[in-house]
Amino acid sequence: MKKILCVVETAYRGTQEEQDDAVLWFTHALKNGGGDVAILLRGNAVNYAVAAQDPAGLVIGKFSIEHPANPNKDLLKMKQAGIPVHVVREDTEERGISLNSLSKEFQLVSSRELPGLFAQYDQVWHW
Amino acid sequence: MGRYVLIESRDPYESRDVPYFYNLAADLAANGEQVTLFLVQNGALASRKDAQGDPLGGVLKNKVEVLADSFALRERGIQDSERHPSVKPAEIGSLVDHILAEGGTKVLWH
Amino acid sequence: MAKTLTICIMEPPYESANSTTSMRIIDAALRKGINVNVFAYEGAVSLTVKDQKPHPNPVHGTSVEEEKHPTTKELVAGLFELAKDKGVKLDWINCGLCVDERGAGNWIEGPRRGGPADFHKWVQESDAALVIPTK
Repeated sequence: MKKILCVVETAYRGTQEEQDDAVLWFTHALKNGGGDVAILLRGNAVNYAVAAQDPAGLVIGKFSIEHPANPNKDLLKMKQAGIPVHVVREDTEERGISLNSLSKEFQLVSSRELPGLFAQYDQVWHW
Repeated sequence: MGRYVLIESRDPYESRDVPYFYNLAADLAANGEQVTLFLVQNGALASRKDAQGDPLGGVLKNKVEVLADSFALRERGIQDSERHPSVKPAEIGSLVDHILAEGGTKVLWH
Repeated sequence: MAKTLTICIMEPPYESANSTTSMRIIDAALRKGINVNVFAYEGAVSLTVKDQKPHPNPVHGTSVEEEKHPTTKELVAGLFELAKDKGVKLDWINCGLCVDERGAGNWIEGPRRGGPADFHKWVQESDAALVIPTK
């Protein structure tokens, strides 16, 4: 079975309307179907590793968005399901995200380690 | 040694994230991988030899093959005389050849 | 034996150059005798909507006939015809949940409904896979 690394960089795209991050959802669906997948968060998507996110409460017209995506919680579920989650350290530093604010369950990697990480997978999908 | 095709669709002037992709190409090549950087769409805007900051300099120094979509160059009026001499124009069919090269390829789009 | 390329696309029609480039890649692969699988995810499911209509161009002063405005459904239909002419397979799946939420279920002949499991199966069986995301 081909091992797949999904690199996620776009963050919060349509997450209120979709009630999911489309790429995280897709990756989890592949895992549920028996796929061997992993996640690397880079760019703005490293913010998904921040633990204290609160996307709730939007009301548009008469419609309340009841189950908005919480990408951090979704990633924790994915980790529990056996999907490794890596986060590019330099991108968190660039954005001033403190180490303490990140969920501990995810693995920080340096951008210098990416070639070695990529080499562990048969395919690298850059979303 | 693995083979990578990195397809860059954006230019480094509008998107400050593009240097990440150039650096990734260079790092992979430095790690011994065979790497082609294929510029499509506005990614071709970086191919002018007089582009400020020499955006492709680092990639080219690291022996990454840099190709630019001929159509994207033409669409943007980038003449042969303006193009960086180390960036080769290539038809989209060449991209398909690179993607399906023997031995398997990892293909990344940015 | 012909090689197979699997592509995932996400861009809705008329919004970015990604759609055009993805179709150029599909076109080039088919012309080379390569089988192509296309998984249309998210906004890309709207590329094949049958209700698309070309329009005139009042700024250019052209009629519908003169403008010959390409609709993405026609571009995709043309790719299916090209595949047939070349004797290769173009298999196009529109992600079903994405179709439902967009009301994009009335599509041209050719595509079929599916989901992530179909894409995963394709990827395991193909010679190469490419994901073209949206931003």
